[in-house]
Amino acid sequence: MRTYKEQIHSLQELLRTDGQPHPRVALGHAEADARLSGGLACGTLHEVFAGDAAAATGFTTALALRASGQKQLLWIRQDFSALEQGELSATGFLDLGLDPSRVILLRAANASDALRAGADGLSCSGLGAVVMEIPGNPKILDLTASRRLVLAAERKGVTAFLLRPDARAEASAAETRWIIRAAPSPENEDDDWGSPIFDAQLARNRHGGTGHWIMEWSCDDGYFRQTNSGAVVSAPADRPAATPLRRAG
Amino acid sequence: MRLYAVDAKAAKLKLAPGMPLADARARIPALNVVEADEPADAKLLNAIADWCERFTPLVALDAPHGLLLDVTGATHLFDGEKALLDRIRKALAKLGFAVRGAIAGSAAAARALAHYADGTIAPPQREAETIAPLPIAALNLDYAITHGLRRAGLKTIGQVASRTRPELTSRFGKQMVFLLDHALGKIEKPISPRRAIPDFLAEHRFAEPVATQDVIEASISSLAQNIAAMLEKHGQGARRMEAAFFRADGAVHRIAIETGAPVREPKIVERLFRERLDSLHDPLDPGFGFDVIRLCADKAERMKPETIGFDANDNIDKEIAFLTDRLSARFGSHRVLRFQSQDTHIPEAEAVTVPAQQARSHSWKRGETQRRPLRLFAKPEPIEAMAEVPDGPPLRFRWRRALHSVARAEGPERIAMEWWRHQESMPTRDYFRVEDREGRRFWLYRDGLYGREHPRWFVHGVFA
Repeated sequence: MRTYKEQIHSLQELLRTDGQPHPRVALGHAEADARLSGGLACGTLHEVFAGDAAAATGFTTALALRASGQKQLLWIRQDFSALEQGELSATGFLDLGLDPSRVILLRAANASDALRAGADGLSCSGLGAVVMEIPGNPKILDLTASRRLVLAAERKGVTAFLLRPDARAEASAAETRWIIRAAPSPENEDDDWGSPIFDAQLARNRHGGTGHWIMEWSCDDGYFRQTNSGAVVSAPADRPAATPLRRAG
Repeated sequence: MRLYAVDAKAAKLKLAPGMPLADARARIPALNVVEADEPADAKLLNAIADWCERFTPLVALDAPHGLLLDVTGATHLFDGEKALLDRIRKALAKLGFAVRGAIAGSAAAARALAHYADGTIAPPQREAETIAPLPIAALNLDYAITHGLRRAGLKTIGQVASRTRPELTSRFGKQMVFLLDHALGKIEKPISPRRAIPDFLAEHRFAEPVATQDVIEASISSLAQNIAAMLEKHGQGARRMEAAFFRADGAVHRIAIETGAPVREPKIVERLFRERLDSLHDPLDPGFGFDVIRLCADKAERMKPETIGFDANDNIDKEIAFLTDRLSARFGSHRVLRFQSQDTHIPEAEAVTVPAQQARSHSWKRGETQRRPLRLFAKPEPIEAMAEVPDGPPLRFRWRRALHSVARAEGPERIAMEWWRHQESMPTRDYFRVEDREGRRFWLYRDGLYGREHPRWFVHGVFA
């Protein structure tokens, strides 16, 4: 139960933040950064949907790395997604360029706990980013819930990420929505392949246009790179769809 | 079968514990006999001990039917020793128990008096004369020793006490003399309470039992401030705090919080208790109300005085610590974790998760050569694979009903299981990093070698 005073206060806060644009951090991929008006907006909510769960996890890790700077990171994962997609590996994080000692891992029993922990994390300005890994489309993760996450992120400037494997895209207040699939390693390099490469679709962008690119992550530098191929990808006809995606909202 | 216990009426009819049942039945044909249930008795004794903790946290079991309460320094809270003893006896009698009780300066003396001189309160420092007239059985010594004392003609405690110590030691041993002198009040021997003695303690006793949320929260708040003052005087903070709620009907609820670093700031303590209370499946049920609310602080450690830090990093660390404590209080410390590296090359053991509140910071070194997957399956998943024999990478494999064609492969990276840890010989694992035609990257391994064992293939992890 919120009093009028509290509601007005939070609206004022919202206007204040909207007045000043969110600080943005460059991803390193020239075209994507341009479409994002300079880079990924900090202190707000971003959604990453999985065409491929592993790729989406890596992409979210990369975004969280860019957004959190040197600060600590809270990764909330639901028990179910550990069974389905596997546990997060400290050495895997290290490989991508994220120092595992920067990570607080929270195992949530269900979506409600995950959202609650996320909200608590977003209230801690000592964190750089909060990642909530919530599989499927639980009822509790609705438009209102996403709005609350946006407000919480803006209040203390902590960037929030919703990693959503096996989920349909729905109405949401998120600043950007990405759909991530795996992309093959470039043809020419034979020996040193395996750098994370993503087929990244910016499906929704509140303050700019959409786009679709191949984005390679440089683990050593901590930036994205535009690969030589660079061109927009069209989904090959024979590729099986990993999840049915319906655009809404 | 023998009699285990008799009630007052049966005792009057000269029945006593130890008498054979047949004899008892012969004397009194219409005897009401119930089978003894010692486990149930023990449970009940523990429940009564819980109830007694509202008077003092130092309660020890004196099996099978007794309790020892250390009420040193607490009797003034109850208008004196006699009032306290009466109160306990009345309350227990009301609950349906026959009670004998006594108060003395030593546990053994109190016990002796309770059994043989019910209701006595030994004057301070006068245990020796108070228990002197009691029979030697009251000392609760070994049967052999008691028998030996009787044969020596010693019938009361006073008679034994008048003997010289060397005499007694040579005949009955040092331990017996120690127990005797302890009973006489000459030697201190603290009881072994069921719960560890808390480092600091503050409590509220309510004349009328309290049941409303606000009063309970206000009480916790005030107790937290009392404890904070005590901790501050000692320059310490606590890493564990437990709140005990004693219901008027006897039940006790206990809620505990733990923190990574010592704390004493009341607001932090209150917030952590609130998180814990919120997360309970069944909310704290006051029943008819709480008589006593007690807050104990444990694991007290030196703590720097809380100054407003000008160092931004210090503040950030404190904020993160508070966040970790809050999340642990709400979700349980087994769910809030940090990574810790391990000295092993076994992939699933290279890093473990430890509760965040216990983790100590350390650095990670990035592996020079091999890449590692971002997600690892706790149980590697078996797959059907077609590979070049004898030790080539897979060309195709089926996982979770989907077929994957391998476009690139690197390996094998041979990881031998730590043979020095296992009894039977463990197969070696040959790990391959593969990429399928769509760009998905997997970490597979072959368990065993073609030609030797029947090899099996698994997916262990996936790369970004």
